[in-house]
Amino acid sequence: MTADLLRLDGVGVRLGGREILRDVSFSIRPGEFTGLIGPNGAGKTTLLRVILGLQPVTGGAVLLDGSPRPARDSSIGYVPQKLAIDPDMPLRVRDVVSLGLDGNRLGISLPSRARRVRVAEMLAAVGAERYADARIGELSGGEQQRVMIAHALISRPRLLLLDEPLANLDISSEQGIVSVLARLARAEGVAVLLSAHDMNPLMPVMDRIVYVAGGRAAVGSADEVVQPEVLSRLYGRHVDVIRVHGRILVVAAPEGFDDAEAVAEDAGVVR
Amino acid sequence: MGHLLRSVFEPGFFGSGPVHVAFAVGTVIAVTSAVVGVFTVTRGQSFAGHSLADIATTGGSGAFLIGINQFWGYLAFGAGAAAFMEMIGVQRRRGRDVATGVVLGAALGLAALFLYLGTQESSTTGASFTILFGSMFVLTPSTVPTLIVSALLALATVLMLARMLLLSSLSPDIAAARGVPVRAVGAAFLMALAVSVALSAVIIGAVLSTALLIGPAATALRVVKGPVRAAATAAGIGVLATWLGILLAYDSFYWPPAGRGWPVSFFVVALIVGSYLVTYLRPRQRQVTTQESPDPEHACSVA
Repeated sequence: MTADLLRLDGVGVRLGGREILRDVSFSIRPGEFTGLIGPNGAGKTTLLRVILGLQPVTGGAVLLDGSPRPARDSSIGYVPQKLAIDPDMPLRVRDVVSLGLDGNRLGISLPSRARRVRVAEMLAAVGAERYADARIGELSGGEQQRVMIAHALISRPRLLLLDEPLANLDISSEQGIVSVLARLARAEGVAVLLSAHDMNPLMPVMDRIVYVAGGRAAVGSADEVVQPEVLSRLYGRHVDVIRVHGRILVVAAPEGFDDAEAVAEDAGVVR
Repeated sequence: MGHLLRSVFEPGFFGSGPVHVAFAVGTVIAVTSAVVGVFTVTRGQSFAGHSLADIATTGGSGAFLIGINQFWGYLAFGAGAAAFMEMIGVQRRRGRDVATGVVLGAALGLAALFLYLGTQESSTTGASFTILFGSMFVLTPSTVPTLIVSALLALATVLMLARMLLLSSLSPDIAAARGVPVRAVGAAFLMALAVSVALSAVIIGAVLSTALLIGPAATALRVVKGPVRAAATAAGIGVLATWLGILLAYDSFYWPPAGRGWPVSFFVVALIVGSYLVTYLRPRQRQVTTQESPDPEHACSVA
């Protein structure tokens, strides 16, 4: 039994009086690939921000190695959902990756051979060396994702958080990103927590699922969590899980469509 | 050769006290403005920079009215406005333009009033000209050390915060997650911006100071990649434009009709704008291969 790298214990978040997350608990072990799955607006981004310390919790605790995460800590890497980058931004791809090493320090970085080699290694690891000298703003969404993964991994974090990295990507870029992540997670022993509204591209690589809906989370293997009863309790209404052509579709009934009230009443016991 | 040199450098150029002062102060301020400018453009705060310049006009005209050195007026109003903008939401992209616009309108109205009162009182129309369009040749020698020290402080601040500023522009969330005090860093940068605007207001005038701030940076960002090279190129362009501007302004005194020198600010700004326009003559470099690799194996095979 390996010790937990990250542990969320009964985390709750309120934003502007609205309850976004309630009693969310799960843990991540080193090297594990966890999918944070749920519909848009379910609180996946909020949950990632809680883990990063960017979003204060209204209840519960977030523990890294069993204790609260210190500020200026490099053990968690983060790839946000969307970068608002102007094409004129003067940062080249290799500058962006290099900022992953020491962008949080004072002063300017002096060029060094060791730094160049490390940046080149990371670019090669994510398959981004072809556009190493392009400006970050000139790249496509999939290319930017690869660069930001290199940026996040260069400081050798033990946990990598990615917010919807597959959103708005074409299928081949999507597969490219997933295979890069799965390989790096194994090779470097990095635990990955990746949010997505579609779990299908992740099925081959996910060790576990944290399914978020209705402000709560269900945790377990894909087979345990992606079940009509489990998801119906989360959503608070009837949910069908349809398996077709090897893909999984989660279909929630419209609100007020059936015995939603009865389901909601025993909804507290989801684990 | 000697004749050619004499026609480039008109009589007395190298012996002139005001020219020496203009060179020293102009160079330091041009470097600071250009480097600060690169970060201003990178952070998408060009409009804030321009507004600080207009607000500095108010400070400069106010300082003239009460009889103190204009630099202090530029600085006080610029810094005050920067603090106000930061307070009412400059850290939010959407709030930024609105907040800046509100401050700007109020300040320009005041500037009009101060300039009017100033000229009524002392009947020196030259003062409003100096405040609006500046002149490197009429710098008060006693302020020179202050100007140079302020410029070096602003430059040092921005260089100290360089990596944090870049990371914050890339993604404020990543920066915050890595422990960068994003808001404090942004506020410190805005102050350095206000100082550098006040400085360029002294040498080329409050209204034109954005040219020295944004112009070299914009040109550099069009021709080179990478933050270090961009800053170095911008500084080079700013310094060259300043030096050539000083030379041309000095020489223009001997141009026909002789005896009426042209303003140095005109030459500096014209050279900066000219260099920016030149970058449009050559097609902008684009990355040739911006297609995502269709083969996911490619990524694995190179690792």
